[in-house]
Amino acid sequence: MSLQVNITKKLNSFTLHAEFEAGDDVFSLLGASGCGKSMTLKCIAGIEQPDSGRIVLGDRVLFDSEKKINLPPQKRRIGYMFQDYALFPNMTVRQNVAAGMGRHPDREKVNALMERFRIAELAERNPTLLSGGQKQRVAMARIVGQEPDVILLDEPFSALDAYLKWQLEQEMKDILREVRKPTVFVSHSRDEVYHLCSKVGCMTDGQIEVIQPVKKFFENPETRTAAILSGCKNVVPALCEGKTVSIPEWGLRFETDEARPGETAFAGVRAHYFSAEKTEPDMIEIPVLSPVIREDLFEWTVMFHAKEQGTPIQWKVFKSALPELEVPDRLYLKKSDIMLLRDGGKM
Amino acid sequence: MDHILMFLSTADWSPLLISLKTGIVATVISFFLGIFAARKVVKAGPRVKAVADGILTLPMVLPPTVAGFFLLLLFSLRRPLGSALYQEFGIKVVQTWLGCILAATVIAFPLMYRNARAAFEQIDVNLVYAARTLGMSETKIFWRVIIPAAGPGVVSGTILTFARALGEYGATAMLAGNIPKKTSTISQKIAMVIEDGDYMTAGLWVIVILIIAFILIVLMNLAVGKKMKNIRRF
Repeated sequence: MSLQVNITKKLNSFTLHAEFEAGDDVFSLLGASGCGKSMTLKCIAGIEQPDSGRIVLGDRVLFDSEKKINLPPQKRRIGYMFQDYALFPNMTVRQNVAAGMGRHPDREKVNALMERFRIAELAERNPTLLSGGQKQRVAMARIVGQEPDVILLDEPFSALDAYLKWQLEQEMKDILREVRKPTVFVSHSRDEVYHLCSKVGCMTDGQIEVIQPVKKFFENPETRTAAILSGCKNVVPALCEGKTVSIPEWGLRFETDEARPGETAFAGVRAHYFSAEKTEPDMIEIPVLSPVIREDLFEWTVMFHAKEQGTPIQWKVFKSALPELEVPDRLYLKKSDIMLLRDGGKM
Repeated sequence: MDHILMFLSTADWSPLLISLKTGIVATVISFFLGIFAARKVVKAGPRVKAVADGILTLPMVLPPTVAGFFLLLLFSLRRPLGSALYQEFGIKVVQTWLGCILAATVIAFPLMYRNARAAFEQIDVNLVYAARTLGMSETKIFWRVIIPAAGPGVVSGTILTFARALGEYGATAMLAGNIPKKTSTISQKIAMVIEDGDYMTAGLWVIVILIIAFILIVLMNLAVGKKMKNIRRF
């Protein structure tokens, strides 16, 4: 089954336009808060109504503005996990899990679900008294219990402690692999997206700029905003003439086959990709000055200025690779580690 | 002491009965109407909301005599609606117990409505959305999700409504009058005996109404308190 979405909705500060397709795997919408990701999910679930467009799930039309089709949320068969899980505080864990199973929930089935999600011993407890991880398992059991055709996850890990996240991400991954339903996962965290998803769409001000398989997205995010969302710390303007790319702020000029005149407008370099030593003969050299050093738990972060003004360069290096930091006066860079980017939206 | 014994043995207890009956009936009517109105208003758009809320709250902020004036204007036997009701259905509001109920309901209703509305507006909307995606019908959502989540607000609204209806005086005096054993509520009885200078009887009725109101409110607070055990104290 697949979920096809193509909707437009006018919001206060921008117009949301979301067009994508999710198959039997996890599609992720990555974007800063307030970019329209959650609104997209609400439109799919029928909680909000788009101004125009179409939402099709398998062979069922959920919404079609031209044919005036707009199924109520009750009829859409969509499992929606809210950021705060939205467990009913007046019901027990058992009643919550059974809430999506119709008028007469099968007790055996509810028990089996609670066993599977390791919440059987919490069955008669009040959900407000559970930990974040337990709440998430109850919410997921409730969704699996309703047997939805699509699963929508709205920032499901943002309410959790960091040390819980890893385990719960892993559990979520296993469950999603087991149920094999089209899943739309909304997040602002590149790590969650990298762990959980197979395809990613990057959203800025209501527009999805690029849709790519997740590995490819992190290798080459294509646009400036996508690069920033993917965690790239150094994004600077670039000029492109023929096969020559120049980065004025860093005083760089080099030739590359990947240059696309008229399109390439920015260059991005991940902070870990700089090197203090010239390890390969054709590396590019950038003289740097006025370092500001920050020591983190496992890595050094150094901010340089390439010129007196301009955007600083951020360089990160693991302490295990460089136990004693000697601040270099020049950095080296492989040409292939420079991502050439289109301009895309504002950030 | 003799006075109290005399009062207890010889008193006409009908005002107590009338007040309690009026309070209960007015509270039951206000309960359903208030919840219904609150739900409609919460769902309405901002302009409709502002106007509807104004109309529904008016009886609370106006002097009860003004409400009494409007009620008389509607239900007086010399008025179209009042005479039609009497001639067609034999329903008489003025100078009857029905008048007591109507006056108390109109005055006390806004308390129920406003408390219910405030409680509905504070509900986490995601609970309602979640219930919808889980396939629960709107009626089931209302009784199983919204009302429980709004519980404490609804209960406190009911308490206030009952207290207000029990003590209603101004509009009741105008619409229902003060007919002994028929429309003479405790409040009206107190006003009447004070006019006669009988402060002792008035004081004893004051104590009666104080005791009832206090007991009921403590009882209801206990009932709410049980439901609110998860609420933090500060």
